[in-house]
Amino acid sequence: MSLIKNNEFVDNVFARVADGETPTDGAILVSLKRWQADRDALMARNAPLGLALTADQSPEALGADVHHFAVIELEFPKFRDGRGYSWARLLRQRLGYKGEIRATGDVLRDQWLFMSRCGIDAFEVRPGTRLEDFRAALNEQTVFYQPSTDRVRNVLELRHKTHSSRQSALAAAE
Amino acid sequence: MYRYDEFDQKVVDERVEQFRGQVARRLSGELTEDQFKPLRLMNGLYLQLHAYMLRVAIPYGTLSSRQLRMLGHIARKYDKGYAHFTTRQNLQYNWPKLADIPDILADLATVEMHAIQTSGNCIRNVTSDHFAGAAEGEVDDPRVWSEIIRQWSTFHPEFSFLPRKFKIAVTASAKDRAAIKVHDIGIVIRRDATATLAFDVYVGGGQGRTPFVGHLIGEGIAANDLLAYLEATMRVYNQYGRRDNLYKSRIKILVHQIGPDEMRRQVAAEFAEVKAQGALALPQAEIDRINAYFTAPAFETLTEDTSRAKQRQASNAFATWHDINVAPHKVPGYAIITVSLKPIGGVPGDASADQMDLIADLAERLSFDEVRVSHEQNLVLAHVKQSDLFALWQKLDAAGLGTANYGLITDIIACPGLDYCDLANARSINIAQAVSKRFADLDRQRNIGELKLKISGCINACGHHHVGHIGVLGVDKKGVEYYQITLGGSGDETASIGDIIGPAFAENEVADAVETLVDTYLNARQPGERFLDTYRRLGIQPFREKLYVAH
Repeated sequence: MSLIKNNEFVDNVFARVADGETPTDGAILVSLKRWQADRDALMARNAPLGLALTADQSPEALGADVHHFAVIELEFPKFRDGRGYSWARLLRQRLGYKGEIRATGDVLRDQWLFMSRCGIDAFEVRPGTRLEDFRAALNEQTVFYQPSTDRVRNVLELRHKTHSSRQSALAAAE
Repeated sequence: MYRYDEFDQKVVDERVEQFRGQVARRLSGELTEDQFKPLRLMNGLYLQLHAYMLRVAIPYGTLSSRQLRMLGHIARKYDKGYAHFTTRQNLQYNWPKLADIPDILADLATVEMHAIQTSGNCIRNVTSDHFAGAAEGEVDDPRVWSEIIRQWSTFHPEFSFLPRKFKIAVTASAKDRAAIKVHDIGIVIRRDATATLAFDVYVGGGQGRTPFVGHLIGEGIAANDLLAYLEATMRVYNQYGRRDNLYKSRIKILVHQIGPDEMRRQVAAEFAEVKAQGALALPQAEIDRINAYFTAPAFETLTEDTSRAKQRQASNAFATWHDINVAPHKVPGYAIITVSLKPIGGVPGDASADQMDLIADLAERLSFDEVRVSHEQNLVLAHVKQSDLFALWQKLDAAGLGTANYGLITDIIACPGLDYCDLANARSINIAQAVSKRFADLDRQRNIGELKLKISGCINACGHHHVGHIGVLGVDKKGVEYYQITLGGSGDETASIGDIIGPAFAENEVADAVETLVDTYLNARQPGERFLDTYRRLGIQPFREKLYVAH
């Protein structure tokens, strides 16, 4: 799998560490179970830490712990499984998570934009994926009705100036 | 009615181009059918038994004459000259070619229409009362709120891959004509003690394999919190709705499994969070902006029209049609007309391109340029002057649109069934036609009175059989079509799910069975009782005895 972030291919520096495995040096990605079991040891490491959530794991219970992670990976086992969209919004809006949210699994071209709007900013993509397709997919729609996590001014804000200034104030306050 | 502004138009135009690209990739072979499927299903394009089927959204069933003409034009140019109005107030084309779909969508976009979210596991077309803005007893125009919900739900980034499809219906009347209690979310708009709008949100109703009547989950939600409450409900469902079993993935199963109290608690907790976040609070300016599109048309000050008495005497057919298909309007001198798409022996909900043109012309001249599609698969001219009724009826009648049967036993809802649908177990149209012909006699229909007969060709219940006073469900028994009958369902404010009466019937036995049930009712009814009332008073037993003694 290749990784796209900020509209570019980037190297995936996070090594996935299985639950029984000893962590390697450098950036690692662990499961929720591993995090819960080895929280203190993992936090004592002097390297970036990533958390891999499966589709049925809500990030909500993590609370302020989310800020310990440089990356939170959300799993999409099937493209039809849309739970990750809610997890991403909870991470960004409710928990105030500022790190990377990475989508992995069965993700379709036409889902990248929805994901991006929910706060996912890194995408594991199938080998052979072309960057121009990714960029095009993210620009096929430019007008959005809903307030979301991407800070794009939505239709309500564009229609009603007073509303939009209130929204900008909210955004600035964050 | 609502008109697109530049933003609404751009959403639709961009979608047309996006889909054009997807179709091009499919036609060039870059996408396989398997890869194309999820994309086309985001856009109302199904692969049916014989051809692609395109489902066009008609938000809350409201059309301008210009839009209806375009629907007719598309039927003529790209299809076989007719199309089918559905129980979701939508329109289906049964024979379009894949290569033409982008052009069809582009044509639709020119009249502010689209096929967005008419399929897929997302929030589908919002439905509402087909008499909105015309009937007595409304507290507000439900289409204002339906439009607000339409916009919020269009390409919602979080809720486009739900466990299953999601249907929302809205009414602002104590008399529920939108079947809101058998929707995933049904909204009743009312006014509270201070005359302020308040929204009661019913969740977890639905038909299909496991039918339920919805529970009141949100009570008295404030207008500017409506979207926040809906977002909270959707988020609970998106997180915790079942995804392991297609048949248990609707929100009704979640509500049933955790119970309405727990559902209420979870939604309330999420609602508090969404509200605190603030971004979804509806600005009053937006409510006002949309309200302005639904201000009442410029009704003339009229008195009750008396010329009709003479016309009624001159034409029995007109008098009968008037009695049956004309409903009272809230403004003196006006009337609400149901244009029946249920001619005796016809295909319920089908209309030809010529008929669409005619109705569009009549709407333009006589009903403030507006047509409604009812979930009962008829068309409605909501604001006709009483003094225009006779001339209107003559035009309709000449075009095969003068059938007088609104609410009667031949005003049948039927899904397309196995004649078209890939999911169906049995045909529906044949049963509708057989029952319709059996009860063709209008005096007999009128004597029977209100009787809602609804037919589905499979358990997905697109034909709403669960809420038919008499419901008919097509099943497959070892390759042979059989039909299971239910009694006592209702989709109105007294919503109930029909009871299965007993073993299923063969195709050629269904009309007989319906006749036996109707005769049982006629013999047992007390003055003023409809079929449903008699059934509710007596229960299923007397009907069962009659039906199965005879067999």
